[in-house]
Amino acid sequence: MPDLLLALHIPDGFLSGGIALVTAILAIAAVGWGLRVADRDLDEAKVPLLGVLAAFIFAAQMLNFPVAGGTSGHFLGATLAAVLLGPWLACLVMTVVIATQAFAFADGGITALGANVLNMGVLGALLAGVALGAAVKAFSPGRGAFLALVAVVSWLAVMVGAAATSVELALSGTVPLTSALVAMLGVHALIGIGEAVITVGAVSAVLAARPDLVALGRFEPASGTPDVAAAGGTA
Amino acid sequence: MKTTVLVAVGLALAVGLATAVSPFASGSPDGLEKVAEDQGFLDRGGLHAVQEGSPIPDYAFPGIENEFLATGLAGFVGTLVVFALGYLVALGLTRLRGPRETRTGRQGTPA
Repeated sequence: MPDLLLALHIPDGFLSGGIALVTAILAIAAVGWGLRVADRDLDEAKVPLLGVLAAFIFAAQMLNFPVAGGTSGHFLGATLAAVLLGPWLACLVMTVVIATQAFAFADGGITALGANVLNMGVLGALLAGVALGAAVKAFSPGRGAFLALVAVVSWLAVMVGAAATSVELALSGTVPLTSALVAMLGVHALIGIGEAVITVGAVSAVLAARPDLVALGRFEPASGTPDVAAAGGTA
Repeated sequence: MKTTVLVAVGLALAVGLATAVSPFASGSPDGLEKVAEDQGFLDRGGLHAVQEGSPIPDYAFPGIENEFLATGLAGFVGTLVVFALGYLVALGLTRLRGPRETRTGRQGTPA
């Protein structure tokens, strides 16, 4: 039996056909909307940013860190992608990462691809989009408060993904809901801390270099930035 | 910082992490795998037929015996492939729109 690298990556065989289908439809709907948003709004100056963000998330997902009890976890990245690009472009970035993992690295299933995109990408990205978008609109947080919110939301995004995975497994008849939820949320409460640390670190770095590229924030460009006008200053 | 510099720094960081750090990542079963093991449904999982021919199964570059090198090379290649895919998908979306008549053009269009 091959070593299945999972984290939240569901392999084929864990989900029933019906649940795989429903989650695939939801994922396709989100990605379809993401394509529509990209077609409408994506600035050519942002094209390399989508590539580099996908590459960073792929790389960071390889770095499993130990959590309690002989278990490991890794970064997911949906919140980071949503903070930097907005929730819908984030869905596209996460789909590129998760589909490559499934097809090239045999990590995460093919019939479970929709569920994985939904759990690790769409749900977290939309949560971050709604929660951070509302917070920024309501009280225009400064950098410190914004980063604190990013920490909370990235932890929550991992928990929501773990909860969704548990529900899908339970509805598939693979495992009883309560035991799945208790076990999955217990482990992912710790993994979510790693997610928050990495997300806050990455967002801080971008805030220091190019605050105007933080899509969900409303930060002024750093003074002396040469190509701010070309990179979305008009949006 | 120019966007191109930021992208270059980000890509270098990603490639560096995937190549040099990933071989030292924890090999313990992760979240779902551990839960599946504990709850006795791990053996339900398997590879899809499509995945039997995966170019780099389980993040180990084929044909390399040294595990550290195999993982590092898988990370190196994978990160560049994902960068290229993300870039090309995004580029395709901006190009599908046709010649640029957006933003700058829109502002200058007479009512």
